[in-house]
Amino acid sequence: MMRAFNGALFALAAAAALAGTPIGMGAMAAEPVKIGMITTLSGGGSALGIDIRDGFKLAIDQEGGMLGGHAVELTVEDDARKPDRAKEIADRMLKRDKVDIMTGIVWSNLAIAVVPKVTKDGVFYVSPNAGPSLLAGKGCHPNYFNVAWQNDNLHEAVGQYVQDQGIASAYILAPNYPAGKDALTGFKRFFKGNVAGEVYTKLGQKDYAAEIAALRDAKPDAVFFFLPGGMGISFIKQYDQAGLMGDIPLYGPAFSFDQTILGAVGDAALGVVNSSQWNKDIDNAANQAFVADFQKAYGRLPSLYASQGYDAARLIGSALAATEGDMADADGFRAALQKADFESVRGAFKFGANHHPVQDIYVRQVVKEGEVLTNKVLGKAFTDHADAYAGECKM
Amino acid sequence: MLLLFEQLLNGLQLGVMLFLLAAGLTLVLGIMNLVNLAHGSLYMVGAFIAATVARLSGSFLLGLIVALPATALVGMLVEVIALRRLYDRDHLDQVLATFGLILFFNELTRIIWGPRALFLDVPSWLSGTVEVIPGAPYPAYRLAIIVVGIGAALFLYLLSTRSRLGMLIRAGASNREMVSALGINIRLLYTLVFGIGAMLAALAGVMAGPIYAVEVGMGEGILILTFVVIVIGGIGSTRGALVGAILVGLVDTLGRAFLPTLFKLFMAPAMADGVGASLASMAIYILMAGVLIWRPQGLFPPHG
Repeated sequence: MMRAFNGALFALAAAAALAGTPIGMGAMAAEPVKIGMITTLSGGGSALGIDIRDGFKLAIDQEGGMLGGHAVELTVEDDARKPDRAKEIADRMLKRDKVDIMTGIVWSNLAIAVVPKVTKDGVFYVSPNAGPSLLAGKGCHPNYFNVAWQNDNLHEAVGQYVQDQGIASAYILAPNYPAGKDALTGFKRFFKGNVAGEVYTKLGQKDYAAEIAALRDAKPDAVFFFLPGGMGISFIKQYDQAGLMGDIPLYGPAFSFDQTILGAVGDAALGVVNSSQWNKDIDNAANQAFVADFQKAYGRLPSLYASQGYDAARLIGSALAATEGDMADADGFRAALQKADFESVRGAFKFGANHHPVQDIYVRQVVKEGEVLTNKVLGKAFTDHADAYAGECKM
Repeated sequence: MLLLFEQLLNGLQLGVMLFLLAAGLTLVLGIMNLVNLAHGSLYMVGAFIAATVARLSGSFLLGLIVALPATALVGMLVEVIALRRLYDRDHLDQVLATFGLILFFNELTRIIWGPRALFLDVPSWLSGTVEVIPGAPYPAYRLAIIVVGIGAALFLYLLSTRSRLGMLIRAGASNREMVSALGINIRLLYTLVFGIGAMLAALAGVMAGPIYAVEVGMGEGILILTFVVIVIGGIGSTRGALVGAILVGLVDTLGRAFLPTLFKLFMAPAMADGVGASLASMAIYILMAGVLIWRPQGLFPPHG
């Protein structure tokens, strides 16, 4: 009896802890705009979601609980990287909480599961990360905006850079799932040299000894890889341990050389060239304020993901300022979002016709600042780069 | 030809890595009849403790020395607090409870260490490469893993056949009531066995730390492979775990290395890459199914 009672108590406490906590109380306005954030806060990959959330919150905190001068109420829930869980939360946020805007999803497979449902309900979705080709092309929607990139973009930039370096042959690898295939397609769209090998690894794979032995045997001039999260950490360490780091240069997108990753990889990553639409040393007032305030608030360097969460919030803020927080005027809000009238931390920023960014993409290099590994911008791979799927989008 | 030998070595090394994890799991499952999904969490705890100690002290070896007893202690605490109640329950209850433990450990780890992966480097004296096969430099650290794995297998063999503790463990596995009737504290014995299992998990975690990512949830993906290993080897058999692990390591590595090339002989390259990669990731499950059809109890069933 007692045990059952304790169990029930525990379950209640757990439920209370799991339920989203509203953050950023409305200042004085009667009706704050409700923003629902679904992101990954627990388990593997939680570093990404936590940075998106913290970047987003920073923008709200800087305005004292408001965005664009209008009170907002942010609800954050954890999807644990599971599509079914994300769908459930989205249902609840749409039906019960009646949110006005949604955001937060990190992973493309979760975005594909959730976004169409959200936009169909007439709610706006601002993506701070995932940019699957489907949502940029055939599946685009007037209420869907991506403030980060289309999935292929950073890989395309590496392809262009490797091409510009006059590298004749490249060995390329990515996990065997849709975003992995998009990555290699994106790379090959701009790299015109010889592909010495194209390898798809198992999603979540930890050991790359077999792949590394095969690529050494193929003797390419460069290696391009897209292995997000822990997969990339394992790969870079093993590549270095195999003694290849000095022999065959390694290239990749920012995801494996980001602030969330570098600490775990250590000096093995030093000197690697990678692509990003943002870096902490991009020189503009918005970025300087963001980097300084983020470090002050959270005691760590911001990552790419934090910058995207921050920009998502500031984009929403710019639209709220233009419409004075009137969410009933959906057309006005959409037009204001499309204008993207905010100072992005990455500098120049505008949306293309399919609501995806048209932006510069940088090439950066891993360097050491004191004891901390971080990135330094080398130059631009692309200026005003748009994605390859915009033509397929009819809206 | 050279590449084939190198890939065989890679397969052997992956197999030994899996054995380190499988040994503890099969020990607990075979002797206490407990399905412990949280074994991967102990692997993670071991790696995190070692990474922390190594960062503070600058010594990988000290990290290893601290992580083993510390994780054994964590394991024994978990056994006393939670798992002890589950020995008489059926496997489904055990799966549910230990799955809960996975979530608990993941969150606890994130609360203590934060969401970002930790850094654990190869000790400097093992950081180079050795040309075991001429022309194919092989990381010295991976050779060290093979040595440690063989050492662990030897330790388990001696423990179970040559020591008093091993005799009691075997006796307890075959007749629990009789052993306790003879005045042996079987509860303490089980706690001790669980501690040894946890220590083996920690050893696997620490050895894996410098080559894999030390991150929250690191134990889950590899735990699935480990279960495949012990099902192939025969549940509860250390010898089976060793053979199963090396078999899985070889099949997985060789599949990844050569299947796409093999398919290119009679398929378009793009398609061969896709089909080869997909089939390579299934190879060990096909192996498991094959073994189970042939020998439903696994290769080395421990009791008859």
